[in-house]
Amino acid sequence: MIRKSYAKTVFDICNILLMVAFAFVCLAPIAHVVFMSISEPSIVNTLSGIMLWPMGEVSLNGYKLILRNPNIITGYLNTLFYVCAGTSISALFTLIAAYVLSRRRMKYRNVLMFIVTFTMLFSGGLIPFYLVVRNLGLLNSRLSLLFPTALSVMNIIIMRTAFLTVPDSLEESARIDGANDFTILFRILLPVVKATFAVIILFYAVGQWNGWFFASIFIKDRALYPLQLILREILLQNQTASMSDATQLISDNLDLYKPLIKYATIVVSTAPILCVYPFVQKYFVKGVMIGSIKG
Amino acid sequence: MPAPKLLTSRPAFGRMGEDYVELLKDVALDIRKNKLVYLMAVPVIAYFIIFSYIPMSGIVLAFQRYQPGHGFFEGPWIGLQNFTDFFQSYYFWRLFRNTFLLSFLDLLFNFPLPIILALMLNEIKNAAFKRTIQTISYMPYFISLVVICGIISEFTTSTGIVTQLVAFFGGPKVNLLGQPDWFRPIYIGSGMWQGLGYNSIIYLAALSAIDPELYEAAMMDGAGRFRQTLSITLPCLVPTIIVLLILRMGVMFNVGFEKVLLLYNPSIYETADIISTFTYRKGLLDMNFSFSTAVGIFNSLINTAMLLFTNFLSRKYTDTSLF
Repeated sequence: MIRKSYAKTVFDICNILLMVAFAFVCLAPIAHVVFMSISEPSIVNTLSGIMLWPMGEVSLNGYKLILRNPNIITGYLNTLFYVCAGTSISALFTLIAAYVLSRRRMKYRNVLMFIVTFTMLFSGGLIPFYLVVRNLGLLNSRLSLLFPTALSVMNIIIMRTAFLTVPDSLEESARIDGANDFTILFRILLPVVKATFAVIILFYAVGQWNGWFFASIFIKDRALYPLQLILREILLQNQTASMSDATQLISDNLDLYKPLIKYATIVVSTAPILCVYPFVQKYFVKGVMIGSIKG
Repeated sequence: MPAPKLLTSRPAFGRMGEDYVELLKDVALDIRKNKLVYLMAVPVIAYFIIFSYIPMSGIVLAFQRYQPGHGFFEGPWIGLQNFTDFFQSYYFWRLFRNTFLLSFLDLLFNFPLPIILALMLNEIKNAAFKRTIQTISYMPYFISLVVICGIISEFTTSTGIVTQLVAFFGGPKVNLLGQPDWFRPIYIGSGMWQGLGYNSIIYLAALSAIDPELYEAAMMDGAGRFRQTLSITLPCLVPTIIVLLILRMGVMFNVGFEKVLLLYNPSIYETADIISTFTYRKGLLDMNFSFSTAVGIFNSLINTAMLLFTNFLSRKYTDTSLF
C-alpha cells in the first residue's frame, strides 16, 4: 500500500512538471518576441538563444518607429473595416441561410440543402474562382474581401443544427400571433440560439482578422491592404520599404533596428487577439464541440 | 441527409412532360405558401451559384487552351492534353509525394498527441492549475498564420533559437528554411505548437462526460489509476478518436496550403512544393490558367474521393457521418 501511494506521488509530480514544461514551451516563443521588442537593438541583433527577460536598456523605440509607419496604421484601419463589415455580412447571411434550411414546413428545403452542401464536396478550384471574381470587376476592391468568401458551409450547418433543436411550437405560436418570418427569425429564434450565433460571429471575425491569402490575390492597391499583408511584407519578405516609410531618422542604421521593428510589429498585431481571447475562449471551446460532434 | 426529391422522383419516360408540370405546380405551391422563406433564400442561393457553381463550370477550362479575354467556354478544345502534360511532367510524383507525406506525417505526429495531453490534463486534480495550463495551451492557436510563419522564419535563421537547438544536437548551423530536409520537421513541429492545446479540447470534453461511477466501481475492485486509465478512460475515448480520425483522413489531401505558401521558397521546392501551391504558382503567377485548373481538378477529385470514402467508413462503423 505504501509503495503504491509512493508511485502515485511520483506520477503526480512528474505529470505536473511535464505540464509546466509544456506551458513553458507554449509561452516561451511569445515571451521571447515581447521581450525582444523592448530590449536594446544591439543586443537583439547579436543574441543567440532565448530571451526570457528584457536585456540592456529597455525602451519603446521599436513601437515608436512602427507607430510612425503609415503602412501599419492604414493596414490596421483596413483590417478593422474588413472585420466589422465582413463579419456583419457573413453572420447575417449565415443566420438567414440556416433559418431557411431548418424550416420543416418547406417541402423543398432539401433541394436547397443539397445546393448548399454539394459545394463542400466539389469545387472548381482556385483559378475559376479567381476568374469569376475578376470578371465581376471585384479585383482591387474592398468588396472582394467581403463577398466572394462570405459564407462557410460548415458554419451554416452548425447554425442550422442550432435552429433544428428549437421546438416547432415556439414558431407556431408566433405565427398564430401574426408574426412573419423576419419577426420569427430575429425576435423569437435569435434570442434562443444566441450562444451558437456568438460562436459563428467569432469564427468569422477571427477568420477576417487573420486572413491574408485572398487579399494577396485580389488586392493590388496598397492603400487597401489588410494588416496581415503588411505583416507578411515586413516579417517574411523582408521588405524594408514597408518598414521604414516615414522614418528617415533611422534610414542610416535601419539594419540595426530591423529586428526590433519586426518584433514590435508582431506584438502590435497580435496583442488585440491575445488580450481578447481569454474572455472569448469558452465560446470557441463550445464551437469546437458543436463543430466536431454534431457537424 | 435524404436525397433531394427532385432527383429521386424521376418520372417514367412516357409521362415525363406531365409529371414535370405537376412537379412545377407543386414547387410553385410550396413557394406561395412560404413566400418569405424562399425570398430569404434568394441571396443565399445567388451567393452559391455565383461563387461556387459558376466556378465549378469553370472546370471546362482544363480541357481548353485558355486565352486571356476569353470566357469559360470560348477557348479551343484540347481534350485531356493538360492532364497528360501534368501526369507526365517531372513534377507530378514530387507533388504527389510531398502532399501525401506532409499530410501523413502531420496525422502521424499531431493526431495522437492531443489525446495524450488530454489524458495527462485529466489526471490533474487542482482545477485552477488545470485551467491555467489549458488557457496557456490554446494561446498559439489564436495567433495569425502570417505571424506564426514570421516567428518560424526568425527562429530558423542561421542564428535563430531553433537552429541553435538543432546545432546543439549536432545539426547544421544554417538557415533551416533553406534546407529541403528540414522543411517537414519545421512544418510538423510548428503545427504541433499551434494546435496541440486546442485540439485536446474535444477529448477533454469527452473525458468529462465519463460517468464517475465507473471509476468508483473500478476502485472498489482494487484498480489503480494506471489500470483505470487503461480499462475505463481509453475505451470511453475510442468512439471520439475514431470519428475524429476518419474526419481527419477525409481531408488528407487538404494540406495547410497557406502555411506552405508562406514558408516555402524555390530552394526547398523539392520537399515543400505541394499540389495546391503548384496550382497557385502555375495559375496566378505564370497565368497558365488551363493547366493550373487541370491540376486543381486532380487535387479536388482526390479530396472528394477521400471524403466520400471516409464518410462511407464512418457511416458503416460509427454511426457518424457528414452526409
